[in-house]
Formats: sequence, structure tokens, C-alpha cells
Amino acid sequence: MLGYVLRRVLAVIPVMLLVAVFVFLLLRLTPGDPAAIIAGDMATPAQLERIREAMGLNDPIHIQFITWVGQLLRGDLGVSLISNTPVAAMVADRIGPTLSIAVLTILMSVALAVPMGVLAAWKHRSAADYAVMTFSVLGFSVPVFVIGYLFILVFSLQLGWFPVQGFRPLSAGLGAFLSTAFLPALTLSTIYVALIARMTRANMLDVLGEDYIRTARAKGAPERRVLFRHALRNAAVPILTVIGTGFALLIGGVVVTETVFNIPGVGRLTVDAILARDYPVIQAMILLTSFLYVLVNLLIDLSYSLFDPRIRY
Amino acid sequence: MFNRLTATFLASTMLTGAAWAETTITAVMHSGLRVLDPIITTAHISRNHAYMIYDVLVAQDSDFQPQPQMADWTTSDDGLIWTFTLREGLVFHDGEPVTAADAVASLNRWAQRDAGGQVIMDRTESLEATDDRTITWTLSEPFVPMLDVLSKQSAIPPFIMPARVAETPADEAITEYVGSGPFTFNEAEFQPGLKVVYEKFEDYVPRDEPASWMAGGKVVNVDRVEWVNMPDVQTAVNALSSGEIDYIEAMQVDLIPLLEGDPDIVVETREPTGMQTMTRMNFLHPPFDNPQIRQAALKAVTQEPILAAMVGNPEYYQVCGAVLGCGTPLESDGGAETLVQGGGADEARALLEEAGYDGTPVVIMAPTDLVALVTQPVVVSQMLREAGFTVDMQPMDWQTLVTRRASQAAPADGGWNIFITNWMVPEISNPISNPMLSGRGDDAWFGWPTDEAIEALKEDYIDAETPEAQAEVAARIQDHALENGLLIPLGQYTLPQARRTTITDMIDSPVPVFWGITKSE
Repeated sequence: MLGYVLRRVLAVIPVMLLVAVFVFLLLRLTPGDPAAIIAGDMATPAQLERIREAMGLNDPIHIQFITWVGQLLRGDLGVSLISNTPVAAMVADRIGPTLSIAVLTILMSVALAVPMGVLAAWKHRSAADYAVMTFSVLGFSVPVFVIGYLFILVFSLQLGWFPVQGFRPLSAGLGAFLSTAFLPALTLSTIYVALIARMTRANMLDVLGEDYIRTARAKGAPERRVLFRHALRNAAVPILTVIGTGFALLIGGVVVTETVFNIPGVGRLTVDAILARDYPVIQAMILLTSFLYVLVNLLIDLSYSLFDPRIRY
Repeated sequence: MFNRLTATFLASTMLTGAAWAETTITAVMHSGLRVLDPIITTAHISRNHAYMIYDVLVAQDSDFQPQPQMADWTTSDDGLIWTFTLREGLVFHDGEPVTAADAVASLNRWAQRDAGGQVIMDRTESLEATDDRTITWTLSEPFVPMLDVLSKQSAIPPFIMPARVAETPADEAITEYVGSGPFTFNEAEFQPGLKVVYEKFEDYVPRDEPASWMAGGKVVNVDRVEWVNMPDVQTAVNALSSGEIDYIEAMQVDLIPLLEGDPDIVVETREPTGMQTMTRMNFLHPPFDNPQIRQAALKAVTQEPILAAMVGNPEYYQVCGAVLGCGTPLESDGGAETLVQGGGADEARALLEEAGYDGTPVVIMAPTDLVALVTQPVVVSQMLREAGFTVDMQPMDWQTLVTRRASQAAPADGGWNIFITNWMVPEISNPISNPMLSGRGDDAWFGWPTDEAIEALKEDYIDAETPEAQAEVAARIQDHALENGLLIPLGQYTLPQARRTTITDMIDSPVPVFWGITKSE
């Protein structure tokens, strides 16, 4: 087990290195010039050129790459070209809101979706099953910004229960945190509830037809025990995968929700950085997101053995 | 008795409590603030930030007239020696007094970056601090619009910083943000692109005159101003409705109906001249290296349909053929008949034929990610096609556009023929600072016209001694600019703002300012 974990962790290094080289080259091949953002619309070509020179953007690509890798090895993510602020501080500032909303979303989604999926599989082809499936289709097909605005209209503007926008961290108190995080998490949950419920239902249906379920029932095991101890545990592996990758996706891609609710998260940071061609910030964000994906995948793999005793490392 | 005492005590604590309560204005600005150095950039949001924390020697009032701000001035009879005297009691946010040496260092850094500043420096013999409060500026030849350039609120105004900050090279961003303006910058709470916090500068001494545009008494009645960036205008509108924010600087015209029925909200236009949208052609490559074909393009374009597609509601746009903007002292309308009235397509076709246009495709760069610039290229393309041009409209993001417009390559090799952009009217209202009116070839703005006549006209403007003489030169500049296609004005539009009725006494100004404002609970 320990050997396996070590091997997986070490395998991260070449993956991250490849990602780093790829991202660096891709960004340099994309047209766009951070100096133009800084200088503004009125700057003449000569002024632009002087700013590029001062920013080191005129150095040959390999020199820029070596400088950047050197910084990375020292644990330094560099300084934003546009705002002159350390990238590490910018990311640290923005990761909190995204992470906490992602965790809340996954918790809410799992708490709702797994029982829904189990119910739908158990009461296969009943009204409950159709209700769950209809909800799933809706959750998938209505764009997240429509749901977000709908929630704002009802819960913030009409009922006045939540603020329209903004974010308060957990350190400001659970009430304050939930007042700003609940609606965005609920909005995002609609997609993930749909996804996880469908996955749970499909896998439960497979498992419920297996011999050992029939055996368990024949032995007189109570239905709840059959469903949650025997069936769900065996159906858990693919569900876990969906939850894990869903979490990683949430970290990288909640831009729309962050925009609708004006949450200062990393999704907006990344998009703003891309629009401004703020290379150090984009590079740091892509590295961080890739690292999270690798980490989440590792955790998912490791957790398989908890649910399926046949899997051993 | 005891009850009365308690009541008095309670009332007094409540009163003092109320007096202590901090007033904060939360404003959603047109974009997030990222660049904090107002000299290195011409971005409007950085300039607006700078007006919060820095002050200027002279400032423009709502009649476009220069007024004393940090300093009074005198000028010698021959117009060669300008003496500025700093008013007393000016201090920086770090408590240090503002000296003439700070002003000189700041002016020197500013003049390296600003087009108007460069023109003054070309005629400067010396600029020095002759004592703690006196700046003596000696010119080699008279420069009549000296105060106009120094007081302008557009592009890069000459903000005064401590000398140690102003000594930063002009192409490197400053890293210390100490000014002597009416607000201080709260660096600890600054989140680039998201949120900026300003606090009232208690030691600021406002002038006695009433505030007018950027001039007059900058009296601050609130404790704190927070600028919050919301990339989505709908979110800002929702937040304004619910009372979470007080003010939206730039409303999208099609969202105004959402706010119109709300008695607690006012939608208004704070500055009637607004913005100019305009087309720039590339003088280096065919077909627009030919003046006759540039003239054909100008004749092909009519403003009304462009503005209708762009803004929609006629209340917020204005057909205007003036190169220097309508509603400005130098407004003139020569050569703009077809732009404002239409009907130039036949003339355009005739001109194209006469010029022997061979169907060279015209590459129009069309940004897809800026609401204010999405529609114009589409309508302009259509008008050019109708007049007989072959048009190749290429969609791209704004970042790609600003990089590509700096390329002098042929359009087929990654260059361009046409792009469209928008300016605040005050920043193009003066021939010296209007970037389209530079004819210095490679040193001119993108499009690179080599045009000695316009440079000579600008010299005439600099030497014109009365407002009447200036207006006369400006009219000649207008005729020349349109005849040679230095730009095609596409009209003017205003950006309505929205505020809650709890904030009052906002000053009308093209730059959103937060002095003067009062907020009731």
C-alpha cells in the first residue's frame, strides 16, 4: 500500500513537468500582449515596446522558460504582470471561496443524490423513479446561470433570505458563511445531484440483479441492510469516481457561478488572467488545477479498496 | 429621576453611536482595477483610482477651463516663464509636506509618457523647484495651451507623487501608492481586479470654491469608499435593487427597464458628452494607402444605423461628425455631411472606380468579447460592402486585436486594414492629445499616417492666442482630418449610471468622483 502511494506520488513529477512545458509553450503561441493591457488604448507602439522591454517580454522564449522554472523550483510562483502582486498571494486569496463552495456543493449533492439514486433503483419504474429521472434531465439541461438568477430572484430579491452576491469566509462565522455560500452551492448542486443520482441509480440497478443480493434477501436480511450494506457498497466505486472528478471540475470550472454570485474565486481569477494574458497567473492556476486532478485521482483510487475488498494495492 | 437619567444616557450613547457609525459607499465600477500606476497606463479605471488618492496642480472645470487646484500660476509677459505656487498646508498621506521638488519629479515622469507632456518638453528649457513651494517652468518658445494640457483629465493627467516614487523609470510600474488627494488607498484590503478600498484623508484641505468636474473643493463626506468589480451587469443590478451596493458606474442600456420602476433607484446620465466611437484605417497598406479610397470608405459610412445597432435607445446616443467631439469648445462639423445624413454610397462607388480599386480585401478586426465594440464592425462591414469594397471581417478577442493592431505587416500576413474603438470625448477634445491627429508616421498611433499638414495645423493651434483663433484652427483640423481619413467618427453615446436615492449630491463629471457625495441611511 505504502509502496503504491509512493509510486503514484512520484509519478506526479513527470506529469507536472510535462504540463508546465505544455502550458508555457501554449501561452506563448497564443496571440496577446500583457503590455497592451497595462499601457492602455492611447499608448503608441513605441511606448508599448518600452513596457514590453521593462517586463522582460522581449527575452527569448527559452530564457523566459528557464527563469520561470527556476522560480518554480524555489517555490516562487512569480509576480502578476498586470497588478505587480505575488501570484501565490493572489491564488491563496482566491482559493478559499472556491474550495469552500466546492466542498459544500459536493456534500449537499451527495447527501441528496445518493438516497435519490438508491430510491430510484429500488423502486425501479415507479413514480419515484420517474421523478428522479425527470429531475436529472432538468438538472443537466438547464444552464447553471439560469438556475443561479432564478434562485437570486426568488431567495434574495423576493424573499430576502440571502444576499445577492459576495462571499464571507468560514472564519466570519458559520451563519455568515452559509448566507453567502448556500445559494451558489445549491445552484451548482443541481448539476451534480443529477449526475450522481443517475450514476447511483444505474450502478444500483446492475448490482441489485446480482446473485449475492438475492442470497442476502433469501437469508432474510432487512431491506435497508440489503440496499445500503450489500448493494450500495458494491456500486460505490464508479459513484466515487464521479464524485471525485466532479470535485476537481468544481475547483477548475465554476467561473459562471462565481460571476453570477460575484464570488472572488479562482475561476474568475483564471478567466481574468487569460483575458489579460497575465502569464504567471495562468501558469500557476493551470499547474495548481492539474495537481488537484492528480491528487483527487489518487485519493479516489485509494478509497476504492475501502469499499471493494477485492481491490488491494 | 433615575429613569430620566437612564433615558438621557441611552439617548446620548445612541447619538454618539450614530455619529460614530462609518459611512461607506459601495460602488460597482466599469472594470476591475489592476494597474495602480496611473502614469504607465492610460486605462480609465487607473486614472479614476488616481483621482481618488492623488491631486493635480491645475484641474479642468465643467466649461473645459483650467482652474487652480494644488497650485496658482503666473506667466511672464512673453509667455515663456510659468511660475506655479503650491498652496499652503498640502501634505502627503504619509504626513510629509508636498514640496515643489515632488511636483517637478512627478511632472518629469509624466511628460515621458503623455503625448501633451512630450510636446511641452520639446519646448522646455528648464523645469525646476526654485523654493519649497515654487515651480519655475521656462520655455524656449511660447506654448499657449500649457494649462489645457496640464489640467486635462484624460489619458494621463499629471498626478503629483512624492519625489522618491516619481523617480521610478517611466516604463516601470510604481510600487508605493502615497498621494496627497482626498482619499487614502487601503493597500491591505486591495484585491487586484476585485475590490479597492479608499478611506477619507483627514488632513486633506479642500479648496474653497464649489466642486466642478475635477476642479474646486474636494469635500469628502463619507468615511470609506469601496469599489467592487462585478463582471456581470445583471448581478450588479440585482445587488443595487437589494441595497447591497449604492452605485453602478456603467449601466447596460438594455438592462435599464429592470430599474426604472424602483422608487429607491435613479438612472441618470452624469456627463452629457459621453464617448465617441470611431474607425481607424491603416495608412501603410492597400487599399487605404490611397487617400481617395479612404475618402470612399468615409462616404460609405452613415452613423445612425451604427449607433442604433450599438446602443438601441436614441436617448443615449447622438449622431455627431465632429472629430473633436460634440458639446466641446472646439466642435466643428466640416466634411461630415454624409456621415450624419447618409446618402454617400453612390459617391463612394464613384470614388472607388476613379481610384481604380482592384478588389483588395479590407481586413476588419472585430472583437467578440467587448460589448461596446461588438456591433460596429458588423454594420461598418455591411456599409463598405454595399459601396463596393471586398470585406474580410475577422472575429477575435480584444487581446488579440490590441496585439495585432501593433503589427505593421501586410493585412494578408497578420496585419490589418481597419479596427474600431471608443474614446471618452474629453480625451479626444483637444488636437494635441487626440491620438488620431498625429501624423508622425511610425511614431503616430496605430495606422501610422505620415501627414505633415496635420502636424503644421497643430503647431498653428499651439500658437493660437484666443479661443476664437483656436476654434478657427480646430475647424481647419476637422476639415483636414476627414478629408484625409485620419479617422471616421461613428457618433457619440452616453453611459447611464444608476444609484440608490440614499446617496445624493454626486458631482457631474466624466470621471466618477466620490467627493461631495453624502449618504443617508
